[in-house]
Amino acid sequence: MSRLELRSHRFRAEREADWRRLEQLLARAEAGRAAALSEDELLDLPLLYRALISSLSVARATSLDASLIAYLEALAARAYFFVYGARVRPRERLARFFRSGWPGAVRDLWRETLVSGAILILSALVGYLLVTQDADWYGAIMPGGMTQGRDPTATTAYLKSVLYDAHGQSGLSVFATYLFTHNAQIALLAFALGFAFCLPTALLVGQNGLSLGALLALYAGRGLGLQLGGWLVIHGVTELFATVLAGAAGFRLGWTVMFPGERGRLDALANAGRTAGAAMAGVVIMLICAGALEGVGRQLIRDDVARWSIGAATALVWGLYFYWPRRGPA
Amino acid sequence: MSAPEAKVDDLALSRRLVTPEGVDLRLGLASAAERASAFVIDAGVILVALLALTLIAAPLGLSAGEAGREVAAIVWLLGAFALRNGYFMLFELGPRGATPGKQALRLRVVARDGGAPTAEAIFARNALREIEIFLPLSLIGGAMAAGDPVDGAMVGLALVWSGTFLLLPLFNRERLRAGDLVAGTWVVRSPRPVLLADLAAASSSPVAAGVGGFAFTTAQTGAYGVKELELLETVLRRRDPEALAAVARRIRAKIGYAAPLGENDEAFLTAYYAALRGRLEQGLLFGRRRRDKFDVG
Repeated sequence: MSRLELRSHRFRAEREADWRRLEQLLARAEAGRAAALSEDELLDLPLLYRALISSLSVARATSLDASLIAYLEALAARAYFFVYGARVRPRERLARFFRSGWPGAVRDLWRETLVSGAILILSALVGYLLVTQDADWYGAIMPGGMTQGRDPTATTAYLKSVLYDAHGQSGLSVFATYLFTHNAQIALLAFALGFAFCLPTALLVGQNGLSLGALLALYAGRGLGLQLGGWLVIHGVTELFATVLAGAAGFRLGWTVMFPGERGRLDALANAGRTAGAAMAGVVIMLICAGALEGVGRQLIRDDVARWSIGAATALVWGLYFYWPRRGPA
Repeated sequence: MSAPEAKVDDLALSRRLVTPEGVDLRLGLASAAERASAFVIDAGVILVALLALTLIAAPLGLSAGEAGREVAAIVWLLGAFALRNGYFMLFELGPRGATPGKQALRLRVVARDGGAPTAEAIFARNALREIEIFLPLSLIGGAMAAGDPVDGAMVGLALVWSGTFLLLPLFNRERLRAGDLVAGTWVVRSPRPVLLADLAAASSSPVAAGVGGFAFTTAQTGAYGVKELELLETVLRRRDPEALAAVARRIRAKIGYAAPLGENDEAFLTAYYAALRGRLEQGLLFGRRRRDKFDVG
């Protein structure tokens, strides 16, 4: 009988208990939080992992038990991802995002932000000029559902009433929620479309600008420009800034797809994705703020001066948060 | 010195991942079919969750007064948004690195440089589903709504255009979709480790307990190489009587082994497996790996 006891079998028998223990610890750690493991177990995990890795290389060199090697490989891969995965606690991750990740990404995208902002402003200008020249353009520019009766045929009194009438106080939070989810989805789409060589993103940002310009032209024609400004600016600073940043993040993707540079497309894209992803996570947060300002703030604050000052304050806050020079690596 | 040779169809999807200890983990990339199946499961989970959300919110909105309706609307809007955008992200950032669909197919998302992907990368990875999934879906909706044939043709062209993003994984060796490109990730197989009994161990089965009675000469154990050994292992683990009988007959003929009347095929094969493995492993210790029966150099 002892003649049949293979070396590779003895090798397995001596270490199997350790492998099983690692397997159990991993299963528990993966099922829940790392807190599911005691301190001793957490300290054991890397040791068991290293022992397993050494078992794997010994087994590959000396054992011909294919199922054993498959088992060791599967377990080693799982353990590797647990031991070497960057296990940052969620709170730290969040803190780092707000302290440096988000503003850093936005600063890094400054060129794209300028381009995206320029597209928005230029298209707004075009929209304004077109509608001032010929009011028929208004219908062509504005998507049908968005006008809510605000078109060149409406009376000045009606146009004015839209700016100051509350949509019924009670539905405000629903309205804010709807605005946020809708806008965030569009922003995400604008970002993702950047992957298709920038162009669709530019179109989406440009369309935004066009309708903005058209609306401005309509109200300015009736002498309500300043009032509309207040109505827009209270949330618009945040929302349009978010739109511009979403466009910028999309441009970064598309640009990298087209011109990856020296590092090769795969590496360059992964790098661009990290920056753009951080900026986009921030855009979603900005749109939550914008939704609250638009859905609640604008309906409750009817005073033009107050609206303008809130708009200016948000511009100041975002500007300082993103671009205020700070020490340390971004 | 590569241990069990991966099966041929797996070779194209096998990738090196060298740990800091210098050992190659040999990850297998998930195939496009596995990825698609995982997504179908996830989409099903999302739809069911959305349905449940609607069923919870609807009676609340219908029965209660103004306040109830408001809460119901907000819960539904935010819930739907979170499901659409947060489901994939939340699960892929978890310790398993996989959504329930991927877990079911034993896959996980990992960074291509080894290790766990960052939250930013996962966010970007899943934001790109907007053009991979939701854009074609909304275009299909548009195509069905378009009565005008010209509009329909335009939508059809747009559909083809957006389909290229969806089908991107089929056009590159690494099976990367647009989201993977942007996030620097790939999806790998993460099989559940299962340690099967050692066939050569005397204690592993009643059959193996009786193998001590067999004796093979050096010439007989020298007939085969590693490839045949692994094939034999597969046959023994499957325990299909017909296959066992056929393989036993072939081996007996090849090594010139005279079987006593009524010998158990499985017992014979188990004993020969142990003897062959012992011999080949001894060769390994001397730095000699015999690939297959033709490898006699």
